[in-house]
Amino acid sequence: MFGYVTRRVLSAIPIALIAVTACFFILRLAPGGPFDGERALPPVTLANLRAHYNLDLPLIQQYFIYVMRLLQGDFGPSMVYNDFTVAEMIWIGLPFTLMLGFSAFIIGTIVGLVAGAISAVNQNKWPDYVLVLLVMIGLVVPNFLMAAIMQLAFGVYLDWFPAGGWQNGSLAHLVLPVTVLVLPHAGRTARLMRGSMIEVLGTNYVRTARSKGLGQRLILARHAIKPALLPVVSYLGPGLSYLLTGSLVVEQVFALPGIGKYFISAALNRDYGLVLGTTILYMFIILAVNLLVDIIYAWLDPKVRYR
Amino acid sequence: MKQVLKVEDMSVTFELHQSEVHAVRDMNFTLAEGETLAVVGESGSGKSQAFLAIMGLLAKNGRAGGRAMMGDINLIGMAPGQLDKHRGKDIAMIFQDPMTSLNPTLKVRTQLAEVLVKHRSFDQQKATIAAIEMLERVGIPEPAKRANAYPHELSGGMRQRVMIAMALLCQPKILIADEPTTALDVTVQAQMLDLFKTLTEDFGTSLVLITHDLGVVAGVADRMMVMYGGRAVEKGTVDDLFYDPRHPYTLGLLHSTPHIAHRAARLDPIQGLPPSLEHLPKGCSFNPRCAFAFDRCLVERPPLADTGNGREKACFYEGPMAYGKVA
Amino acid sequence: MAGITGKDAVLTEYARKLETLDAPKGRSLTQDAMRRLTRNKAAVVSIGVVIFIILFAFVGPYLIPWTYDKIDWSGIRKPPNFEAGHFAGTDQNGRDMLARIMQGTQMSLIVACVATLVSVFIGVCYGAIAGYFGGKVDAVMMRFVDIMYALPYILFVIILVVMFGRNPVLLFVGIGCLEWLTMARIVRGQTLSIKEREFVEAAKAGGAKPWTIIFRHIVPNLTGPVVIYATLTVPEIILTESFLSYLGLGVQEPQTSLGTLISFGSPVAETLPWMLIGPAVVLVSLLLCLTYIGDGLRDALDPKDR
Repeated sequence: MFGYVTRRVLSAIPIALIAVTACFFILRLAPGGPFDGERALPPVTLANLRAHYNLDLPLIQQYFIYVMRLLQGDFGPSMVYNDFTVAEMIWIGLPFTLMLGFSAFIIGTIVGLVAGAISAVNQNKWPDYVLVLLVMIGLVVPNFLMAAIMQLAFGVYLDWFPAGGWQNGSLAHLVLPVTVLVLPHAGRTARLMRGSMIEVLGTNYVRTARSKGLGQRLILARHAIKPALLPVVSYLGPGLSYLLTGSLVVEQVFALPGIGKYFISAALNRDYGLVLGTTILYMFIILAVNLLVDIIYAWLDPKVRYR
Repeated sequence: MKQVLKVEDMSVTFELHQSEVHAVRDMNFTLAEGETLAVVGESGSGKSQAFLAIMGLLAKNGRAGGRAMMGDINLIGMAPGQLDKHRGKDIAMIFQDPMTSLNPTLKVRTQLAEVLVKHRSFDQQKATIAAIEMLERVGIPEPAKRANAYPHELSGGMRQRVMIAMALLCQPKILIADEPTTALDVTVQAQMLDLFKTLTEDFGTSLVLITHDLGVVAGVADRMMVMYGGRAVEKGTVDDLFYDPRHPYTLGLLHSTPHIAHRAARLDPIQGLPPSLEHLPKGCSFNPRCAFAFDRCLVERPPLADTGNGREKACFYEGPMAYGKVA
Repeated sequence: MAGITGKDAVLTEYARKLETLDAPKGRSLTQDAMRRLTRNKAAVVSIGVVIFIILFAFVGPYLIPWTYDKIDWSGIRKPPNFEAGHFAGTDQNGRDMLARIMQGTQMSLIVACVATLVSVFIGVCYGAIAGYFGGKVDAVMMRFVDIMYALPYILFVIILVVMFGRNPVLLFVGIGCLEWLTMARIVRGQTLSIKEREFVEAAKAGGAKPWTIIFRHIVPNLTGPVVIYATLTVPEIILTESFLSYLGLGVQEPQTSLGTLISFGSPVAETLPWMLIGPAVVLVSLLLCLTYIGDGLRDALDPKDR
């Protein structure tokens, strides 16, 4: 098990490097730059700006400089928000986004797993039908639409929760955005769990467990859970990825102080530094989560540990 | 001889979209203490379903009727919660494919120990020790090491031994083995059958051996029951049926098994195919393939009748049965 | 790609299973599957609704008085008014909402189809090549897929879209380039089992070159799973496109798409609810029905997978 963990961690490093490189070059190869504003700048100013940000150096050299700085935790300066480095900007917004994203992720996963298990055990009876319906709704309605609906329904018409904005530490302000993020994730997780659990409950080894007189509860807790979790756990990596990108929209709609809105405007304004920095950070987070997921998977399924 | 299991008028029916399929009908038999009963038949004869029904393991669309009396209690129709008090403890079952019948995510010792913990209230440690002892009993070398392994780390033969160990841990009165050797190599088969013989003698367990392989029957069983089209068609001791079969199907089965000592030019299967349970032939289910069928067989189904000496058969034909191609 | 509707997570499971099965289920893509599909009421109703929506989007504009970009100066921000021919009201610029919804639906559907075709094409080629050649080629190719899978793809989309400007063709292609991952996995799984079959051996013995074998023999046998996944990709793509349009990165004025309509409708939904309700209903219905159809197809072609 330890060997497996080490192998996975080590293989994550080249992946991270490739990801950073890919990101860097893709962004740079795009037409347009941070200084292609509405008004053309005088050539001298432009040249100075470019020199200041090292944009006049060969691309490869820029790349190496970037990576070296990155390894020291320096994401470089923001080219649009002149007074800030990228690291500072990220620091302003990222903690909030992460909090939003991870709480939605954890809540959504738990809700999804429980709902899926209940559905599977009661297959084709009324709890199953109700849950499947709710899951469908959660899955199909796009998050930006759901956000708008929730905001209108609960924030404006019913006035149960604030329709947006953020006050430090106020849970009430989080309820609607987190719900919007939780619904699709819980839906997908529940769907996967239901299918997987139904399949596991029909296997030969569960039949053997029944033949031993173990009882439904023991069978579920000991025999069914681990195998049923496998496909769901595989999904968690991409699931978090989606959740984080969904949070971009949710932050906009609910006017929350996360990194989302900075990212989009940075992308539109070709602020290489900020876009690159945020993307790389997201990537690292997701790679870390994927690593964790792989480890959990190996714990659940002993056959995988030799890979 | 004490009876451990008495099955009366048992039936198993499956509900499909628009119809019902009777997998087992009018089943009656008894199982004596310490005896080994072989249940023989082709796929679709209902042999597995009958015993899955007794164990309460039928698929969701299956219904069982009749009685399966183990002592005073009727296992058919019992609620799963009640059944759990007996399953694994008084009556146990082992299945055909040991690879898929063991949980791949749990260690062997966990899967073994849990029966003792559940039914005999052993604590974990005591149960594990008993499990390792049983593994040794069933012939697994280095039992402690194997107990700590996962099922996929063991060979097919070893996995089947684990299943046997698991079933016998609580010393049930009845052990049902559904095609236990079909998924194994022939050499391993022989070892397995020896194991069955030894264990059932040691523990005094009654064994039901479900199989389509007559070689397996010859090695281990005391009595046998032949099934066709969901019904029992002949019953008796193994010797009686092997040397003096009274049902044409039994005769056909015996003669279609190649004998290692006789060089045959061709294999002699029974002509035709087993019937679809949804469309059984009128009269005797076997009549389309029967060499001895006559007009009565086409309209009336022969009931399972006692022919004396503890034998029963479901056939109207009373003449001599010599094997040869009868038109 | 983090499947937006999670379909490809389900199908990744399916892909994994296909790698271990031996016979391709593509054979039954005929009356057998059709029969099972027609028995699925949800799927049948959904097919009807989708057909209706398609007609609505493409034939509808000929049946109503206004076009999507014509401004009615006398009716700005008006609720549905049957006399003036504005059956779904008008927007802040005085344009007819119903016409705009129809046009938006057209756009979403076209993007979805083109992008699906792109992703099918890339996915099938990639997966078939990886599966057929196996060994190192396969290992490297699939590792690439694994890496791509783990990355926050939508960020890349946004970057790509920003890079290449708001060219609609590139939008289609770009989105298509996202969705091919799971298709590739499934195709690879199927290829692995198909290539062991006798007719492939026969083709090889007859001296056929690898490319011929792949495209003439293997690919035609892939139709089953490919069709299923393609059908399930469509709602994902519509979602992705809506998402981008919502952020302002998708389709540009005066053209519109369902996502853009919703992005304009949401902020004013309190006072001008008809601007949100129409497009929302169409979008959700479309996605719901496509999902049911996709599920129905999957069940029809592999009933054990329920």
